[in-house]
Amino acid sequence: MRYLPKGPSERQEMLEAIGAHNIEELFHSVPEEFRLREPLRLPGPLSEAGIIEYFKARAGENARGCTSFLGAGVYQHFRSVVTDALIQRGEFLTSYTPYQAEIAQGTLQSIFEFQTLMCQLTGQEVANASMYDGSTALTEAVLMAERLTGRRNVLVARTVHPEYRQVLSTYAKHCDLNVIEVDFEPSGQLDTTSLSAESLAQAAAVVVQSPNYFGVVEDVAALTPVAHPHGALVVTCITEAVSLGIVRPPAEADIVAMEAQSFGVAPSFGGPYVGVIASRDKYVRQMPGRLVGQAADAEGRRGYVLTLATREQHIRREKATSNICTNEALFALAATIHLCLMGKEGLREVARQNLSKAHFAIAELTKIPGVRRCFSGPVFNEFVLEFPRSVKIINQALLLEKIIGPMPLGVNYPQQTKCGVMAVTETMPRAEIARFAAALRQILERPV
Amino acid sequence: MKESTNPGQSATLPQPVEPSAAAARVSRHISLNEGLIFEESTPGKRGMEFPPLDVPETDPATALGADFVRDSVENFPEVSEIEVIRHFTRLSTWNYAIDLGMYPLGSCTMKYNPRVNEFVARLDGLATEHPSQTTEAAQGCLRIMHDLHQCLLEITGMDAGTLQPAAGAQGELAGLLMIRAYLESKGDARKKVLIPDSAHGTNPASVVLSGYEVQNIRSNSRGQIDIEHLREYVTSDVAALMLTNPNTLGVFEERIAEIAEVLHERGALLYMDGANMNALAGVVRPGDFGVDVMHLNLHKTFSTPHGGGGPGAGPVMVKKFLEPFLPVPVIVEKPDGKLGIDQNRPRSIGRVRAFFGNFGVLLRALAYTLAYGPGIRQVTEDAVLNANYLRAKLENDFDLPYSLPSMHEVVFSDARQKKFGVNTMDIAKRLIDYGFHPYTTAFPLIVPGALMIEPTESESKKECDQFVDAMLAIAREAETNPELVRTAPHSTRVGRLDEVTAARKPVLRWKKT
Repeated sequence: MRYLPKGPSERQEMLEAIGAHNIEELFHSVPEEFRLREPLRLPGPLSEAGIIEYFKARAGENARGCTSFLGAGVYQHFRSVVTDALIQRGEFLTSYTPYQAEIAQGTLQSIFEFQTLMCQLTGQEVANASMYDGSTALTEAVLMAERLTGRRNVLVARTVHPEYRQVLSTYAKHCDLNVIEVDFEPSGQLDTTSLSAESLAQAAAVVVQSPNYFGVVEDVAALTPVAHPHGALVVTCITEAVSLGIVRPPAEADIVAMEAQSFGVAPSFGGPYVGVIASRDKYVRQMPGRLVGQAADAEGRRGYVLTLATREQHIRREKATSNICTNEALFALAATIHLCLMGKEGLREVARQNLSKAHFAIAELTKIPGVRRCFSGPVFNEFVLEFPRSVKIINQALLLEKIIGPMPLGVNYPQQTKCGVMAVTETMPRAEIARFAAALRQILERPV
Repeated sequence: MKESTNPGQSATLPQPVEPSAAAARVSRHISLNEGLIFEESTPGKRGMEFPPLDVPETDPATALGADFVRDSVENFPEVSEIEVIRHFTRLSTWNYAIDLGMYPLGSCTMKYNPRVNEFVARLDGLATEHPSQTTEAAQGCLRIMHDLHQCLLEITGMDAGTLQPAAGAQGELAGLLMIRAYLESKGDARKKVLIPDSAHGTNPASVVLSGYEVQNIRSNSRGQIDIEHLREYVTSDVAALMLTNPNTLGVFEERIAEIAEVLHERGALLYMDGANMNALAGVVRPGDFGVDVMHLNLHKTFSTPHGGGGPGAGPVMVKKFLEPFLPVPVIVEKPDGKLGIDQNRPRSIGRVRAFFGNFGVLLRALAYTLAYGPGIRQVTEDAVLNANYLRAKLENDFDLPYSLPSMHEVVFSDARQKKFGVNTMDIAKRLIDYGFHPYTTAFPLIVPGALMIEPTESESKKECDQFVDAMLAIAREAETNPELVRTAPHSTRVGRLDEVTAARKPVLRWKKT
């Protein structure tokens, strides 16, 4: 087998050195009644060419060649070939968590740069080395707020990504945490009037997403004066990180949970992505996950180490701030490289392009009779449209034209059955927006 | 040999290794210095350009409202493409990696990460797919997950599973929540989960998140679960025992069937931490020896790259009676052979992560499994052979606190070297000078001064022999020149870093000075 670096004679020599007659002897501690007699019934073995053939065939069974307007937590953006080339360097790809700092300075410095970039983008003071994804980052942010305030209620906007809220509910159920949902206004923004003084006084945090699941930008800055006087923290969630190139960052929030997939990471059918958690310096000891800090050796040379590990499970066990161990380091590195490539100007330009394309698409699509915007609040690159028919039926017809249409809202928002949320990013050519508009117009002109 | 004279770096590095066979593995090599990317930045540069905007430009203040518009991000890097390439390439050369040599971290299973897995994960039609595509436009992705699921069931001997958890620790939580939901459905969720003192730290941390209390139990003098002791602990309050098998000493729990029986008799479940599955695949199946729930670490046993700390994936495999409690969504095969997703599962514990989990990791794990097929048994045999070979070659010079048969890893202690003032961390750091990544130090907790060594199947006899030479050379150095070992490493860009000050006065991001 091509991955195994031993020949039969070497195996024999090694057995002799051990003093074993055969390999079975090394498994004598496994009770005989349980040892397998037959080979496992597994497909393979496959050659490299065979593996490629299998996966190419699977790729052909997906939506290859379609134009997609899906967003809703996962976004298509341009990725430089540079990012992928660099993260495939074996020294990054095949190294472990940098516990041995002297031979992991490459990983450690790049994480320190990641932490810095996340602080710059979110307007926060400290960011960790990454979480699994946005959904678990949000859950951990809420648990952090619970520890900081000692309160058991959390007020969560209904406009937070439905799957993120589902993850939060799974965790909350067993941590004595009550998730209370807060409705939205016709603008698509949080209905702040429903945040009573009484509810805030018992809340660990108010949680909003911005831009939210409807693509609408929330007024995070206005939320802290509402929450803080009652002792509630503000947790802000971001699923479209590119928005930070042009939308005011949630600097006033106490904790930011973000999905950084938009920075150089492929959609890859849902993961791996890059969860981010960022907060205030004063809350750092309640943060989950790994942190890299600057240090010096005896000669005064600058280096980086994993630090403040007394928060973590391998030291604190049942008293740890979280059970997280493995994170998403390689894709945090991808995000770091991508952001360095884009730089200050590139980030601003890509954000402006997203804004422009989405607003162009809104203008074009709402010219179609019966199609209108659902919420009036300001949007970045995502928006909700209401159609005269069910989104699912429209999408079936669009798929025949090799177009993947908007994400239907009806499943999670029963009042919005004829609504769908769609994203238009810098990757979408004007001609494809026009093709989508033409296809949609034609579909809606057909009799029901 | 002339040393590099980098500014800020001592001109006289300590004399390296004394001449020996082990030292023949390494030579000094120039390593380029590089500042933080922020320090390399100058205004007006960039490393990525976009096609020109082909629609009318929208005015941000009009679209968003002036209050919601951000100016540029302050102090954000401004560098060209070649500078980014050099920056990260230089950084990369400061890392050790499996691609360079043996990485014998016990419990971490640092095996070869096949390159074809990286290739297929990036295919157009896989890397490009959105998780919310309708199932009819995602049959290929669903098929990959379905096929992997089938392979994992066969390897573990379990009945059903979920691929959603993003890492081992999240798998633990999902498994524990399923146990809780099941026991609740029987009328009593119970209160405690038993955890041996040899367990990974994630186990107790996950137990707390699942709403249970941790009850630690001591291992016996053989490093195994003490059955009599266990009987006392398994009361009607106990929901489960979380057991790593082989345990963190690399030893198979010989009385595993009795352990399962003790638990099952009293209505408690057996959870297996599958971190050490590399010792079992193709040889024995947890489902056959009484395990009710287990998680796998695809970034260990199934070769997906660690990437400097992640990503991973932590699928959870369960027995039939736990199937109703699996996280949503569940992939189901329809009568017409097409795959669909089932979200409507009222007894489910819910969702533990958005979408389907780390699909790209799942895909790589399937590529690995397909490469071996039933030959996966040879992987296990070679992993166990390597560990026992290292044990045989080192046990005369290092203290072996538990002498039970080793499987895929072996745990020594630093008891002999301690006499000369040299501890496991010192030996580990000295290994770096000999061109190896250290083994795992100071774990498991039941071995004071542990040296936990897991070579995996990916090491040749030659690599193992060089490791042995290095370890024996260090054992000699500990006796003859302990200071040399205590102050190691001597060949790296930086020496041991002051972690105490780093934690006391944390600097966690760059700031413009």
